[in-house]
Amino acid sequence: MAEINGLGKSMKRKEDARFIQGKGNYIEDIVLPGMIWLDIVRSPYAHARIVNIDTSKAAKIPGVLGFITGKDLEKYNLHWMPTLMSDRQMVLPTDTVKYQAQEVVGVLATDRYAAADGVAAVEIDYEPLPVVVDPFKALQPGAPKVREDKDSNHIWHWEAGDREATDRAIRQAATVVKQRIYIPRIHVASIETCGCVANWDPINKHLTMYLTTQAPHAIRTVIALVAGHVGLSEENIRVISPDIGGGFGGKVPVYPGYIIAIAASVLLGRPVKWIEDRSENLQADSFARDYHMDCELAADGGGRITALRIKTVADHGYTDAAANPSKYPAGLFSICTGSYDYRTAFTEVDAAYTNKPPGGIAYRCSFRVTEAVHAIERMVDILAHERGEDPADFRLKNFIKKEQFPYKSPLGWEFDSGDYHAALQKAMDMIGYRELRKEQAEKRARGELMGIGISSFTEVVGAGPSHQFDILGIKMFDSAEVRIHPTGKAIARFGTKSQGQGHETTYAQILAQELGIPAEHIKVEEGDTDTAPYGLGTYASRSTPTAGAAAAVAARRIREKARKIAAHLLESAEEDLVWEVDRFYVKGSPSRFKTIQDIALAAYTNPPPGVEAGLEATFYYDPPNMTFPFGSYICVVDIDRGTGQVHVRRFVAVDDCGTRINPMIVEGQIHGGLTMGFAPAFMEQIQYDENGNIYGGNFMDYLLPTAVETPRWETGETVTPSPHHPIGAKGVGESATVGAPAAFVNAVVDALWHLGVRHIDIPITPDKVWQVLKAHGAAAEE
Amino acid sequence: MSKHKITVTVNGQPRQAEVPARLLLVHFIRETLGLTGTHIGCDTTSCGACTVLLNGRAVKSCTILAVQANGGEITTVEGLAQNGKLHPIQEGFHMEHGLQCGFCTPGMMLSAIALLKQNPNPTEDDIRWGLSGNLCRCTGYVNIVKAVQYAAEKLRAER
Repeated sequence: MAEINGLGKSMKRKEDARFIQGKGNYIEDIVLPGMIWLDIVRSPYAHARIVNIDTSKAAKIPGVLGFITGKDLEKYNLHWMPTLMSDRQMVLPTDTVKYQAQEVVGVLATDRYAAADGVAAVEIDYEPLPVVVDPFKALQPGAPKVREDKDSNHIWHWEAGDREATDRAIRQAATVVKQRIYIPRIHVASIETCGCVANWDPINKHLTMYLTTQAPHAIRTVIALVAGHVGLSEENIRVISPDIGGGFGGKVPVYPGYIIAIAASVLLGRPVKWIEDRSENLQADSFARDYHMDCELAADGGGRITALRIKTVADHGYTDAAANPSKYPAGLFSICTGSYDYRTAFTEVDAAYTNKPPGGIAYRCSFRVTEAVHAIERMVDILAHERGEDPADFRLKNFIKKEQFPYKSPLGWEFDSGDYHAALQKAMDMIGYRELRKEQAEKRARGELMGIGISSFTEVVGAGPSHQFDILGIKMFDSAEVRIHPTGKAIARFGTKSQGQGHETTYAQILAQELGIPAEHIKVEEGDTDTAPYGLGTYASRSTPTAGAAAAVAARRIREKARKIAAHLLESAEEDLVWEVDRFYVKGSPSRFKTIQDIALAAYTNPPPGVEAGLEATFYYDPPNMTFPFGSYICVVDIDRGTGQVHVRRFVAVDDCGTRINPMIVEGQIHGGLTMGFAPAFMEQIQYDENGNIYGGNFMDYLLPTAVETPRWETGETVTPSPHHPIGAKGVGESATVGAPAAFVNAVVDALWHLGVRHIDIPITPDKVWQVLKAHGAAAEE
Repeated sequence: MSKHKITVTVNGQPRQAEVPARLLLVHFIRETLGLTGTHIGCDTTSCGACTVLLNGRAVKSCTILAVQANGGEITTVEGLAQNGKLHPIQEGFHMEHGLQCGFCTPGMMLSAIALLKQNPNPTEDDIRWGLSGNLCRCTGYVNIVKAVQYAAEKLRAER
């Protein structure tokens, strides 16, 4: 008998076999008979009027089959498409381009080389227009207008909290610290880029869309909404999301290339493949962050935090194409009050259009939670230093206490559970915090620069409860459909979509725990809208909180039916049966039992009179609350005075994600998340010059950490189960990305505080540190 | 576009084809031969997803023309398992959870094999430098290092 491998077991992953043998099935691996290639001509200008498009030379190139322009799409009213945020986005422009690398002409050809030749030969005349790339300038009167269809460059204003009470509390505080913090634009850069194969069947009016998407059902509905008027009807759209080579939020949006590929397939009646180059991916796909935050944190004379105020300008690029829940234009930024106990806060965000590609999507983060955590964890550190208090002791003094949960935060969240003191204390013990402080003092006396940084974050994930959370009006539930076969094996299908998280293993383990069927006998499928139940997909650490919960509840429904069948087989009353691991036995007679396998067979061969045959359940889980994973990270850095190089000596991460389904996978998620916290802290940034030319548009210029730069992560855990989740799990895929950057910055500033350094914006490059050292007279001369 | 006849040995099998001069080796492997385990992750020779062994050396197949491989021996991920038995590096990645999305994995494994051939008993630093031409976005590299250590130990024991 195979091991059941329920909750808490580090079983090896079921999905590995195909990936380690080169048998994964990624988007670029899909080849259909008669398939042609789409490639895209992109704008060299950040803002320009299109004067003329000449395809005559390109048309003569062998293999080039045709072109699609904005004017072509305009005939079908497909040149614009709605975004998820009540804005709209061009598929292809009819008159002006709004950012460098914007899609301008689709070129169709028999193979990728001919398509690239065609792209190179298309001639376009542009008349450059004034460009604005700075959101503060964009919001000033007289700034170049980014969008002709809008009144100004101001997109929206959002606020939360009590403005007057916060103003008053800050006026009356004993200590107030202020800091402008910029979180730059970055790109998720999953190692697989985005792409699709669109296959329109003109006879049956049916579209099969193979697509790198984290949210296949939502995309199906979007396609039906965008193109319903030209005959794409939702029952005739099948979205298949094959193996996904990393997502991190970048594979949630609908990109113009997808729609161009569909249009091309409809017009030519052939399957059309479009796969981005890395440069296209980095230059034109949606970006994350780009938040300019003016933060103030106040404390009373005893060093108790009393109030927080943050005013943010958000750079969204030329359209608001974020993928936030509809009621949350600034995402879940109101988690910014952090892990601390105080009653007063106010935050406001103004969003601006600029001549950049769309921004505002996630970077392995639940809807702006990283920005929020970075702000509060930086400010708490600055406040502690300003008051001359140890940053760990300052946190321990101000944390929400274990017994205060569920805790109503000043900006309206109800934190479900937590034990912040235990997590920080554990991290301090693991790293030897007090000894490190002694070492730091000795080193400082010798002129050496060593810093210790803490980040004690609280996340908000698992969107979300239907009364608050929807996308395009669709509530953010998620689903599981579980079928038990006559031989006691099972198949389970979900509305989510793994991109490396290991759902084929972890969902099977949840079901194994609930049903007693070995996880290896439970097949998990996702990503095919024709077979999986409807769901909103995988992002924002929502799979375990929503679909994982759905799996547990569906399994419990199956068990209730199994009880009826077992009672019939054992000739016993249902209430006399006890469930244990994988069987029902008669109370007091453990030898009189029926296993789940016996029951499964009977469900098809010998169902009780009056009971429907079969053994299956489908459940759509509407979470009663969000989940609130938390943790404490401590980082130790040494800084080279000669080069400005920051060496991360140690990094301890203590995470509390509630119940751990598969500890091996949880730890792997944390390792990856920490590395995607390290990356923007020290290396990654997308910048633009004043004309809107991108810096960082390929992997030569946009630096991802390799194994060499990446620190050796040390991990620890505390376990505080979520009280409202069926198995107590909270989600963990993004915690480390959210929590880590502040720990790095806090460590660097901690090393330099005595020189008068108060803040450094990420990424903390050697050059930037050296400039800071030089400005404070602390750079080594030789 | 001039065409050239090439002969290469891929995973032990001789393969012949007539290819355009500009055809990249990675496209030859993926599209001409249909071996899709070798992936493409960038256009600047940075990510290493396309790494294969050419005459025993790890190369980025996006930066070599198919015609340059003429007469050579190529190993791709599909050629690692022998008679249904996983190569120690494949076993290591599975046992140590050295992969998540799996996209960088074939290239990582082939770089690791080339490294272990040169240096059968690498330190952690040797492994990290040896894999520094391959990017992974999911794992944070900790378990990839362990996977290579697992394979190194197993290969030394087999020797």
